[in-house]
Amino acid sequence: MNNVKLAVDPFNLIIAGVGGQGNVLASRLLGQTLLRKGLFVTIGESFGGNQRGGSVSSHMRISSESTYSPLVPYNSAHVVIGLEATETFRILTEYGNPEVNVICNTRPIHSVKVISGESKYPEPEEIQGWMAELSAQCWFLDATDEAMKLGSPIYGNIIMIGALGAVGGLPLDRETFRAVIAETIAPEKLEVNLKAFDLGRSMVS
Amino acid sequence: MSNFIQGKAGATTLLVGNEAIARGALEAGIKVAAAYPGTPATEIIHNLSKAATEHNLYVEWSANEKVAMEVAAAGSYAGLRSLTAMKQCGVNVTADFLIHLCLSGTRAGMVVVPCDDPGAVASINEEESRIFAQLAEVPLLEPSDAQEAKDMIKYAAELSEAIRNVVMVRSVTRLSHASGTVVLGEIPGVEPKAEFEHGGAPFDPEKGLVMPMPVTLKHQKQQEKLEQALVWFEKCPFNRYVGPDRPELLLVTSSVCYLYSKEAIERLSVQNRVGILKLGSTWPLPPELMERHLRLSDRILVVEETLPVMENNLKALAMDLAPKVGIKTFYGKGDGLLPRVGELNVDRVTTAIAETLDIPYRSPASDRYRLRAQEIAAEGAPARPLTFCPGCPHRASLWSITRVLEMDNRKGFVCGDIGCYAMDLFGSGFGVTKTIHAMGSGTGLASGFGKLSTFGMTQPVLSVCGDSTFFHAAMPALVNAIHNQSNITMVVLDNSGTAMTGFQPHPGLKEDAVGNEVPAIDIAQVCRAMGARVEICDPFDPDETQRVLLDLIDEEDGVKVLILKQICALSPEKKGRKQYDVSVEESVCIGEACGCNRLCTRILKCPGLVWDAVRGKARIDDALCVGCGFCASICPLGAITRKEAA
Repeated sequence: MNNVKLAVDPFNLIIAGVGGQGNVLASRLLGQTLLRKGLFVTIGESFGGNQRGGSVSSHMRISSESTYSPLVPYNSAHVVIGLEATETFRILTEYGNPEVNVICNTRPIHSVKVISGESKYPEPEEIQGWMAELSAQCWFLDATDEAMKLGSPIYGNIIMIGALGAVGGLPLDRETFRAVIAETIAPEKLEVNLKAFDLGRSMVS
Repeated sequence: MSNFIQGKAGATTLLVGNEAIARGALEAGIKVAAAYPGTPATEIIHNLSKAATEHNLYVEWSANEKVAMEVAAAGSYAGLRSLTAMKQCGVNVTADFLIHLCLSGTRAGMVVVPCDDPGAVASINEEESRIFAQLAEVPLLEPSDAQEAKDMIKYAAELSEAIRNVVMVRSVTRLSHASGTVVLGEIPGVEPKAEFEHGGAPFDPEKGLVMPMPVTLKHQKQQEKLEQALVWFEKCPFNRYVGPDRPELLLVTSSVCYLYSKEAIERLSVQNRVGILKLGSTWPLPPELMERHLRLSDRILVVEETLPVMENNLKALAMDLAPKVGIKTFYGKGDGLLPRVGELNVDRVTTAIAETLDIPYRSPASDRYRLRAQEIAAEGAPARPLTFCPGCPHRASLWSITRVLEMDNRKGFVCGDIGCYAMDLFGSGFGVTKTIHAMGSGTGLASGFGKLSTFGMTQPVLSVCGDSTFFHAAMPALVNAIHNQSNITMVVLDNSGTAMTGFQPHPGLKEDAVGNEVPAIDIAQVCRAMGARVEICDPFDPDETQRVLLDLIDEEDGVKVLILKQICALSPEKKGRKQYDVSVEESVCIGEACGCNRLCTRILKCPGLVWDAVRGKARIDDALCVGCGFCASICPLGAITRKEAA
């Protein structure tokens, strides 16, 4: 254990998205990275209907002191990673506060209500305005588009993790992340994942 | 990531609760593990199946939870430690065997892991399985985090072996599906030999017959075993007190509620006023431990989810102890401070403590912020109901059933069952399904409805069930319908796997839990052998499906079975492979002017087919479309075309 101290303890992070976006894998990669820094990590994940188009969020509680519960208390998120913008609003309703930082992927995923024409998906300008209103600071990343340039939309979440490292609050360095990735995925994918991590970092700094 | 199998003793790793339970099973030397899949319990056996070869385990997906428990009990009787896990509804399925098993007693350690779902995150009830431990008169443990989830399995196996009875370890969704930091222990390298000793005197529990008789004698033994468990529980390492010597309020809790309570006390900064007694062994309550702690304070707050199980047990014990510890005032469910429905969280517990201590608690965000966030979400976060996946065969099947019942026009209806097809009841389905209860209940209800023509009922009665549900509990209902000559049509939605929980094999498939080739049982042959008229269609061929179904419901007598066979769109076999390239011919689609009222996007509602409001036409979303080609057969103008994918 490295005895890393956090400026805010426990640190509350929520990853908001839609079933099938790789939310669970992203939270686990992040969790393994922070665990290697000697931190206690708890991740609360909603399984079940997650592959069937519903909202999915992962709650992460990170502490140098002890294990925390798998749900972030209301209005107490420090950072929200929005893999989908409208899902981010849903999370901010329960867990947002004026000090929260938001990193948001701009790529929309339309719900069945939008597809059928019953509901309207908000315009990008509306999304940006509302997000600014509900957060201390927010970053909009074209993570999916950038990921597709790297070869697959799945690197979008790695871009978001890289961005989180630059936003601060958590000890997310490249070397530790590299070690976790090297242990988790096929060796030939290591470089492209690190490239995505670096790209995310550069997109917010 | 298989940290839970390979991780060395002493290593610190991040495990999902169910992985931790599986690791605990390995560390406990469990050799036989069986279950039927059900959220949130599925991953326990799924993970053990991955470890089966390396650690020489017998792991199976059983036909249902009762059989799974019987398979695990056989392991125990033959001298092998065993485990079975199930979601809360699964405990009901085991109940008849469970009660007799616990009266008979066990031999090698046997652990039963029910996973409850307070708040019904992934269930259609929020039933309380802790009451089953009381009903079956066996000890109950409740882990509060992933570390305890792992460690308690070993403790439970040892306790079970010592008292020669089942021990229950109850998890909840927020534990089974949460990840936490875990320090791993040693996996023993023991290889016990299996042998069922039965040659001794009939009543010898070690070498005689295994049976609940003579009942009163066995019942007496069963209760003595609970007394023995209390000796363990008095010094159980999972029970601990944290707090001042004389707290104003003693908070008694267990399970994940311990983490909520600990944090709530921190948030209110009342560590000097409130003490926490965190219990890992919650039934039966150890009286000496409770007496010591009840002496600490006259005010007791019990924090647990849904029903006041621990609270009521503690109140009963406090009554017995009153001459020694005095009269206590209890807070919790009894006085309505905490809800009896839904799950708890840090905020609910914080509010309860604040109210009990009469101190203020304010939200970290202003009312203004919260109100504004709600306004924005109302406009900016369109509802996202669960829906059938792109290319889901159930959407096609229910589409055809809906059309047929409309054409038939006698107010026919479908009795639903447990599986993804239950989504038909929600807004994104067609709403032709009118009932939903337990596994197999659709066909059982249909069997009853199908006999009511004597009383003038003329509506066509249908039931649906999936292939895994068919083997689990629908077969007895079908037997009943056939034998009693009920007039029903059972539609088996066969998508070749237990899809909702992640494609676990079932008796209709050729592969078992660890990948061995096994005999597959053919649903059509089973139904025919029972005496039903059986037809098989491809739901992606709506014309043929509707023609056959219409014919079946027109037939007046007896039970008809229609098997709609098409593999799940998410199945590993199918994923990423398109059968058709589908496109919308823009010159042919006339949008709102068609008169079809946007049959394709407004009614069918496949996420792969979207309404382009700007152009006023339907459009294929190539990122989501899986190429099933079904939509091409429903467009009245033939604007949606499909061609075989290269």
